[in-house]
This record gives sequence, structure tokens and C-alpha cells, in this order.
Amino acid sequence: MVTLPNEAPEPAEITQALVKEHGLTPSEYETLLGILGRTPSITELGIFSVMWSEHCSYKSSKKWLKTLPTEGPQVICGPGENAGVVDIGHGMAAIFKIESHNHPSFIEPYQGAATGVGGILRDVFTMGARPIANLNALRFGAPDHPKTKHLVGGVVAGIGGYGNCIGVPTVAGETNFHPAYNGNILVNAMTVGIADADRIFYSAAAGPGNPVVYVGSKTGRDGIHGATMASAEFSEDSEEKRPTVQVGDPFTEKLLLEACLELMATDAIVAIQDMGAAGLTSSSVEMASKGGVGIELDLDKVPMRETGMTAYELMLSESQERMLMVLKPGHEDMARAIFEKWELDFAVIGRITETGCLILRKDGEVQANIPVDPLVAAAPEYDRPWEPLPMPPVVTAREVPQPEDPTQALRTLMRSPDLCSRRWIWEQYDHMVMADTVRGPGGDAAIVRIHDTTRGLAMTTDSTPRYCLADPETGGRQAVAEAWRNLVAAGATPLAITNNLNFGNPERPRIMAQFVECVRGMGDAARVLSFPVVSGNVSLYNETEGEAILPTPVIGGLGLIDDLTRTPRAAFDAPDQTIILIGATAGWLGASLFLREICGREEGAPPPVDLEAERRNGTLVRTLIADGTVGRCHDLSDGGLLVAVAEMALAGGTGAAIDTPKDGAPPHAWLFGEDQGRYLVVVADPAPVLKAAEAAGVPAEAIGRTGGNSLTVDGAYTISLAELRKAHEGWLPAYMGSA
Amino acid sequence: MKAAVVVFPGSNCDRDAAVALREATGEPPAMVWHRDNALPKVDLIVVPGGFSYGDYLRSGAMAANSPIMRDVVKRANDGVPTLGICNGFQILTEAGLLPGALMRNAGLKFVCRTVDLKVENSQTLFTSGYAAGQMVQIPIAHADGNYFADDDTLDRLEGEGRVAFRYTTPAGDAAPEGNPNGSIRNIAGIFNEAKTVLGLMPHPERAADAMHGGTDGKAMFDALARVLG
Repeated sequence: MVTLPNEAPEPAEITQALVKEHGLTPSEYETLLGILGRTPSITELGIFSVMWSEHCSYKSSKKWLKTLPTEGPQVICGPGENAGVVDIGHGMAAIFKIESHNHPSFIEPYQGAATGVGGILRDVFTMGARPIANLNALRFGAPDHPKTKHLVGGVVAGIGGYGNCIGVPTVAGETNFHPAYNGNILVNAMTVGIADADRIFYSAAAGPGNPVVYVGSKTGRDGIHGATMASAEFSEDSEEKRPTVQVGDPFTEKLLLEACLELMATDAIVAIQDMGAAGLTSSSVEMASKGGVGIELDLDKVPMRETGMTAYELMLSESQERMLMVLKPGHEDMARAIFEKWELDFAVIGRITETGCLILRKDGEVQANIPVDPLVAAAPEYDRPWEPLPMPPVVTAREVPQPEDPTQALRTLMRSPDLCSRRWIWEQYDHMVMADTVRGPGGDAAIVRIHDTTRGLAMTTDSTPRYCLADPETGGRQAVAEAWRNLVAAGATPLAITNNLNFGNPERPRIMAQFVECVRGMGDAARVLSFPVVSGNVSLYNETEGEAILPTPVIGGLGLIDDLTRTPRAAFDAPDQTIILIGATAGWLGASLFLREICGREEGAPPPVDLEAERRNGTLVRTLIADGTVGRCHDLSDGGLLVAVAEMALAGGTGAAIDTPKDGAPPHAWLFGEDQGRYLVVVADPAPVLKAAEAAGVPAEAIGRTGGNSLTVDGAYTISLAELRKAHEGWLPAYMGSA
Repeated sequence: MKAAVVVFPGSNCDRDAAVALREATGEPPAMVWHRDNALPKVDLIVVPGGFSYGDYLRSGAMAANSPIMRDVVKRANDGVPTLGICNGFQILTEAGLLPGALMRNAGLKFVCRTVDLKVENSQTLFTSGYAAGQMVQIPIAHADGNYFADDDTLDRLEGEGRVAFRYTTPAGDAAPEGNPNGSIRNIAGIFNEAKTVLGLMPHPERAADAMHGGTDGKAMFDALARVLG
């Protein structure tokens, strides 16, 4: 062990400046004094600081999160635990959650992203699930910003480095670029796991006298105050915060995963909680608080990587790959043998008590004595002021010029940073390990088989921040609707969502309004689509020098597929098939990618989201897939109809000819409008689909036929698939490869 | 055929290999922990993919010194057929059962994709399910798959029919465009002198199921089950 000099000797006195440095407001400090009835020790101040940070306490968002629907017959456990749990039938449950690692990833992209993956994996396996898939949602700044390339390269390598090593496939994700993320990238990571429905592990501690056990890696000085960093804006000197970024070790996490699952197969565990943000502090406090018990820890027994660590440092370290457990008495030796087999540390560091207090001892002295219930219950909750945002004007198709050749506009779109192929990214992720990936990256939703069955889970991450900026409520609805639609297009029954709400500084009324309205839209959509929120994460203060990110509520959606043999392909893979467009097309160009990429205009109200139509259209499509009528299906989203046609053509290597309608929307609006609630299905015989659509009251029309090696519009404009593929596949490798 | 799959800390394709073996033979293989000193009596030893010991130090280097490897080397030298996949290939080279080394990919990045391979020798225990020169598609997923050996070794490997698979273009040319990791002479897998040990970077166990990765790898497990009973 290396002895390091203790760089910052701990202050003897709690000064106002020190309180401020810990991110506590004067009134929050007054509350703290009321709870303790005395001046806190430095360790106690640190504990209050992290527990009451935005990251841990959700103090700005709690009021609004409570409005989201969280229940349904499929929900086994909603928000509040490490992850959400839904019933997937046959005695099994899916456990899933998404979480952000935005601030650390901007400062140190490889380790920030890697530990983001490590953290969300632990959230899922701490509940007893074997992780079966990772997903992500990434937002970077403008491609020409000097930092972007470095950040893309580092984040992608970090996600791959962690997921590939631990052996969980990374099966889906989304990546977008916008100057609003120049100073604050977003790295949201999601994990889906599977467990027996009757063997799910929770975090509520119980049983006074029961041993509290620490397992996993040793504790070092890394990541101290990470949660506090994630609760403040960045400034120019944010790179100086690099020492607060943790370092990941996926190999140790793999051992921890296997050891935990091995122990979970016994009946030794009372409660278990991973050490994520705020490390030992939040894990011990949350376990005690949920169980209504006290907890005493002897910090001298914590396995340490460095000598001379103080109670303050031990409680605030965010060293990775650690877990805290409460065991049934008498099971310590059996549990220890499992962790020693996997060459991991195992230490009994304390016990559960009846006092209701968190008591920490080190060097023979009590370093902290905090009543747990007030620490959690008195955590601040703010109703931050917000003001309704002005609605942007509707941009009509007439105000937008027609392109000379729609297929050349398509080519431009297909090579744009937001629509080009992400192959350069996902080929760096092992998306096939575990040998159950039925559909990997590059399509709508990914599909992962439930091991040793013919059933599967469909999963996706979605958000359209430009819609959210233009109209947060519509943007919130759209994000949920698009996730739902992606699952439907994969032949799945949507079950539930996890969300990652990434916003700027909530102390600004404009940002708070974005948050409030997005949450309202998400809630509406989740209710109408019976798509409850079972877990999530909020990341605020994504601002640098007063510049906020676009409001980015990322939805992670999960659906169930009962019969994988009926999984549709999102591809034209045979000629002479009829292409049918399902859903209404008004030709909405406002806030579209066409308007931004072709016309250089970033403006207009986003397409409205008619939730009843969304549900009607999706229910029809799901029925047609389930009864075998439809075997080729793709949803419409960014770029509209022609982009969806092009994606299916490239995926299957077969071209198509389509015709714009004689009346209705003008051709460019029809081809590139981003009206919601739409799908393309491809069939040999259109009659049964059109008939079923009519009976369901769903608009449906045949728009063209498959065949050939090119895309043709109205018989007049043509682009070869080879040219389209070159444009689509070429941009990202060229961008990342250029010096 | 009775098979054993060796499990190291950090192995992560052990289950996938076990499933492919179970499907081919009708019975699950023995899973053997790296700290064990001896393998059970088996007809086939599989050293699976993954990141044994986190790939720390050098891919496969630490696993090659695990207690179980003494028995793996002994059995392999006694003629027990031994298959090393991906990290398993790296371990077998580190253990001296196969010549050469697997270096960092020429592109420096991890690569996961399904690649085109040409079967160079179909007259072995492992490849009798293929025709000579047959083109197959099997996934790769590695950061250290850049095979290297000196010219004399390579000439000997080629002269003795010990190149099992080569990376090729879809048209079957062992050209640079078809080489995903910079492997010398596009080599994807090699045999020992007796052709009873095969190491390869592609993952046949990920192509043993029509629903996942195709079935071009299944032919290898089926052939082994057939030949080894």
C-alpha cells in the first residue's frame, strides 16, 4: 500500500465559507443545526451535503416527478428502489433503469462513460437480476467544436471498454450533435436485467444486530464529492475537477456480479444496495431509512486502498465496484467464502441497530451521529418558480421551398450528423456476447431473447430535444410516444419506461418551465399509452457559463415479445412488395430535420402528438404483426417518410419506387414532414392491411412498391442505393478519422 | 462427446460456448474453475472468450498461468482436442500450445462485426463440417486479434495446412479490405502440428443459432460431436 500525504488537512472549525463550499444554503444549514441540535462535525457536514445535493435529494424535481404515472398491472416495483421491476410472465421479471454520467464524462470522457455503465449495471444486479443488455443515449456538441471529436472517441471507447469486458451486450442507443451541448455533453446509460419474479432483492435494512457487510473493491480517495459536482453548473475551470471523476474496473465488476448472483441464490441476504453516487453515505443512509432502523459502522474496518483516510473521505469516496449488504446472522462465513472465491474484499463493518441513528466510529471516536429519519425526511424540496414559455409559430409547408430533387435532399439528410449511420460507434461495442441478441444496433428497437426461451424483450432509448426546446410539453409527449412506437414496430407489447431528465439550471424560471412542461407531456403520454414510469434519474445544472443544454428527457422503453419467430424486419428484402404508410400525414415541417439541414432554419412548433391516434395506430400495427399479416415494419421519426423508406431499403438491399399524393400535403412536406404516430409496413398483398386499417379507423395508404437497386420518387427523381449507402455510412468514420 | 469449458475470472463467453456444446451434443459440458488442478475425463476442452483477468498485463497472459492450465497443456499435448476461442486463442498462444501472438488490432479499436472467412483446411476434427475453400460468416469481437508470427513460422503453418481460417472480402479474397484487425496473411485461426488444437479469433458459438448470428459456426460443434462421438 502506498502512503500518500494527506493533501488537505481537515479544518477544525465549521465556518460559513465551508458550509457554502459544501453546497448548502444558509437555510439548509439552519435545518441541519435543528436536526443535530449542535454544530456538525466535518464528517456530518459532508454527509448532509451529499444527501441534500440535487443529485441525491431530487429537491428541485421531486414535486413534479410525483405527477408521473408509476403503476400498472405489469409493475412489480416502481421508482424509489435501485431500478424498476416489471412482470414479464412465466415467473420472471425484467429489472431496468437509465442513469446519467454527464458531468464526469465531459471532464474525463473514457472513465466518466465507463463508470456510468458500471454504475447502472450495479443498480440492476443489486436487485438480483443478471444484466442482459446495455443501451445508451449520447449528446455531443457541434461536430466542428474543437472538443467534440475527443469527447465522442473517449465516451464510445469508455462505454465499450466497460460493457465489453463485463460481457453484457450493448445493443442500442442514440447519438446526436448540437451546439447546445458544446459545454455539457450527455452520457445516459441504461441496463436491462432479468430475474425470477420471486427472488428480487430490495434495499430496506432490517433486524437489529444483523451484520452490515462491505464487499467489492477497496475504498480510495477517488470521486469524493462527485454528487456535489453533478449538482452545480460548470465554469471554465471545470477541468480542474478531474480528480472527482472515478476510475472504473470492469473486471472487478464482473467478479462482483458473479459473486453477488451466487450469494443471491442462497437465503443469506436481508438487504443490499450498491455504492453509487455519494458511496458509503447514501448506501448506508438509504438502507437504514427504508428499513426504519439505525446503523452503526466501524470505519476502521472498511477495506482501504490508501492509508490515512479520514472518516470524511471514507464516507464521501465514490470508488467503484462496491456493495453494502445486510446479512442474516450466522451467514457471514458462507458469504465470505463466496467473495473470497471471486477474490474480492469482504468485511463486516457494522451492524443494524434500533437507535434510528447513523453512528460512525473511527480511531476509537464517534465521528458522526445523525438521526436517519430527519436526514432523509427533512431533505429540502423546492417549488422553484417557472413561467409558461411562449409557443413558437407554426411553420407551414408553403413557407418552405421545395428542393430541386428530393432524392438529393434525402442524400444530404442521410449523411447529416444526426441521421448518418452509427456503425462506427456500435462496432466498438460487443453487441452479441451472451448470444441472445436477436436484433442489435442500427434498427428501431433492439431485441434480446430471454435465455433458453423463444420470448424476448424489445428495448430502445429516445428523445427529440429540438422538439422539447420548441415546445417542452409536446416534446415530452413525443419522447414517450416515439419509444412506444419503436417497441410496437419491433412487434413488442410496450411494458414500461425509465427516464433520464437532462436539463439546465433549475434555478432559472425558463429552465424550470422546460422541466415542468416536459414532465407534464411525458405524464400525459405515459397515461394514455399505459406505459408507466418505473425508474429514472434527473440530471440538472447541465449549463456552462450560463449556456444550457437543450431540454433532453431521454426515455428508455421496454417491451415484451411473446413469439420471436414473428419478429418483423425493418427492411425491404424482396421485390414487388407493396409499401403501406400507416397514420395521418399533414406534412409537418416545423422543427424538422429537413428544415434544419436543408433550409438551415432551426425554428417552428414541433409536430403535434395525438396520443389517441398514436395508440390506435400502434395497436393496429401490433395486431397485424402478431397475427402474421405483417412481417416488415419500421416506424417513422427524424427525417420523415423518405428517410424511413431509405433506411428500409439500405437494411434489406432492395430499392423502391414511391409516389407522392396528387392532393394533400405538397411533395416535400409529405416526403420529409415529421408527423407523429406513423409506420411503414411492407406486404405482398395490401388488401388485408388496408381493410384492417379501415375497420380500426386508422389512415393507411399504399405509397409504392419495392424493387431494383435505387429509390425513385414520382418516376422522376432517382438515387442509387450505392450512392445513398456511401453517404449514409461515410460521414462518421470520415469525421472521426480526420485529424 | 463429453466436453469441458474452462472458466477464468473475467471469462464471459463461457455460457455461450456451453450452450453451443449442449445443442450439438445433447448434454451440458463440465464447467471447470481455473483454480482446479485437473480436468475431468473429457473428449474436448474449450477455452472460451472473454477478458480473463481483465486483459490486464497482456491478453491471456495471466490466465495462461492459472493452475488449471497445467492440466490443459498436458491433456492437449496428450492429444485431447482443444479449442480456444478469442480470449481462449490468446491464452493458448500464451500457454505455448499454439505459435505466434495476438496483438492490438491495427485500427486500435475494439471491433464487433460479422466477418467473411474462408475455410483453409477442412480435413480436421474441427472443420470436417465445411468444404475446403468454403466461405462462412462468423462474428468477431475483440481489441487484440491482430495475429502475428515470424515468416518462418508462417511459412511452416501454411505449408503444413495449419491455417484454419482466413479473413477475406465477401468475394473470398484474402485482401486488406477483408482484414478487420491487421492479422498477418489474414490469418483468423490456426492449428497445432497434430491439428488437435485450434485457436481462432472469430466466435463460432455466436453463430450456432439461426436467431442469433446465423449457423455457420454450428457446423464446427456438430462436426466435433460427430467425430468425437
